[in-house]
Amino acid sequence: MLELKGLTYQVDNEGGGTTNILNGIDLTVADNKFIVITGPNGGGKTSLAKTIMGLYQPTGGQILWNGTDITNMTITERAKLGISYGFQQPPRFKGMRVRDLLELASGTKLTRDECCSYLNRVGLCAADYVDREMDTSLSGGEVKRIEIATILARPSGLLIFDEPEAGIDLWSFAKLTETFRLIHGRRENTIIVISHQERIIDLADEIVMVSDGKVVRHGPKEELMIHILAETGNGCDFLRGATCHDQDKEG
Amino acid sequence: MAQNKVDINLLREIADLEGTPKGAYNIRKNGQLVSRGINANIDIVTKDDKPGIDIIIKDGTKNQSVHIPVIITETGLDELVYNDFHIGADCDVVIVAGCGIHNAGDKKSEHSGIHTFYIGENSKVQYVEKHYGEGEGTGEKVMNPRTEVYLEKNASITLDTTQLRGVDSTERYTKIVVKEGAEAIVMEKLLTHDKQKAVSEMDVILAGEGASSRVISRSVAQDDSEQIFYPRMIGDGAGFGHVQCDSILMGKAKIQSIPAIIANHPDAQLVHEAAIGRIAGEQLLKLMTLGLTAEEAEEEILNGFLR
Ligand SMILES: Nc1ncnc2c1ncn2[C@@H]1O[C@H](COP(=O)(O)OP(=O)(O)OP(=O)(O)O)[C@@H](O)[C@H]1O
Ligand SMILES: [Mg+2]
Repeated sequence: MLELKGLTYQVDNEGGGTTNILNGIDLTVADNKFIVITGPNGGGKTSLAKTIMGLYQPTGGQILWNGTDITNMTITERAKLGISYGFQQPPRFKGMRVRDLLELASGTKLTRDECCSYLNRVGLCAADYVDREMDTSLSGGEVKRIEIATILARPSGLLIFDEPEAGIDLWSFAKLTETFRLIHGRRENTIIVISHQERIIDLADEIVMVSDGKVVRHGPKEELMIHILAETGNGCDFLRGATCHDQDKEG
Repeated sequence: MAQNKVDINLLREIADLEGTPKGAYNIRKNGQLVSRGINANIDIVTKDDKPGIDIIIKDGTKNQSVHIPVIITETGLDELVYNDFHIGADCDVVIVAGCGIHNAGDKKSEHSGIHTFYIGENSKVQYVEKHYGEGEGTGEKVMNPRTEVYLEKNASITLDTTQLRGVDSTERYTKIVVKEGAEAIVMEKLLTHDKQKAVSEMDVILAGEGASSRVISRSVAQDDSEQIFYPRMIGDGAGFGHVQCDSILMGKAKIQSIPAIIANHPDAQLVHEAAIGRIAGEQLLKLMTLGLTAEEAEEEILNGFLR
């Protein structure tokens, strides 16, 4: 179980004051649930995920994972406890190959077949990619899908994906949603996906809406969808609008 | 070959050698010939006017290798050696050179190898060179290699040079003349640390139509070390040249990269890219989220970069 209690995160701003990014997040995610976090751009979704992973150190509040207080643990310690985070904008590495990253993620040497199977799950024609360098020769959508594959390769109890759909083509997206469905079907890990995509939201047990650094709504999917549709005006303008915007941004 | 532990380790580091190499070889230790092997296609002859050897490879020699490692275990030794490679036409050979210094004393040990390659038409050469230094002594380990390559029509060479750790001071000069249709690929890998200094200067001359060359230099400078690169790609003919220099800075190290692309022909096509910077914080963080410590993450990034 993941418990966030009164989580706040502030950064110093240029004016010499502080800006609140997270404003007291309270959230409990039960074991083996599939949660989608959604909400307007700049609402604090990525910051929340980074705070759970330890990439951001919260200014206040507490994070408990399976009853253990991890608030002051390092990134490495959290990773070793089985927390994984797929970056919204993954970095590239000159010289490191796709295979190297998959092996570091899984913590063991992998056969070619094993590498391929992780890559296939995100719609990559694996044989072409295993030995490719993780450098600028890969397209944005390729890097993003390899990032997701490394998270799938990790033995983890908590999988956090940050806009996995961004920049990914329709065919890979279909493969990706299928993969999420399969993982969730096994009920072996808790999955948190930050997303604006209806088809991913559709897989969720619960939806969390984050805006202005707060959880503004949290509940079962069916209930929350009604609110979201109502709040975003005619039909699903919000969902469509946000998706287009993100694709522009990711190029 | 009488060998002790130090020799065995040096040979493994610089030439991946365990025991006697296959193919032709010439092993030199502390300025003396230790052993030599030749065959019907490859002859090795000691020079009589100056220190060094001539390696003569017959036309049409394929799938053969030559190993010419040099090891130095004596403190205070200073040598200058001339190795000339005369490679015929239509060959396909691998040449493994390299120098390992184990300096246990307090005097400077220095090796300067001057390698000249004359590569015949349509021949393909892969040249692998590793420089390595070790030893508990305070004596400096110095290597100043000079490599000249003359590629005839449609010949090609891949120069793969590596110096990772242990060499206190190095000044490298490389000159390659690429005739029409020929190709030169240079891959240079360098890691310096402590107060080490490394200078690498290079002239690649695209001398004929369709000559092509790629220079890929990757370096890491740690601690207080200093590196300077002067790669120059000169288009005297309608050739294609690409220089790519990437360096990672660590500690208080300093790097200068002073590249030049010079077109003396209207159809020369020359590209240059260079970057110097620290390891990106995002890269370290990413690997830490996979369970690596900061130190392990750094090591993985460097290993990949210098692969
Ligand atoms: N390190 C930081 N320093 C300053 N401001 C930050 C920092 N990290 C995030 N912010 C700001 O906090 C707010 C929330 O950012 P965050 O990236 O968490 O939003 P998001 O909900 O993930 O948005 P999107 O949907 O666009 O990905 C934004 O206004 C952002 O500019
Ligand atoms: Mg975000």
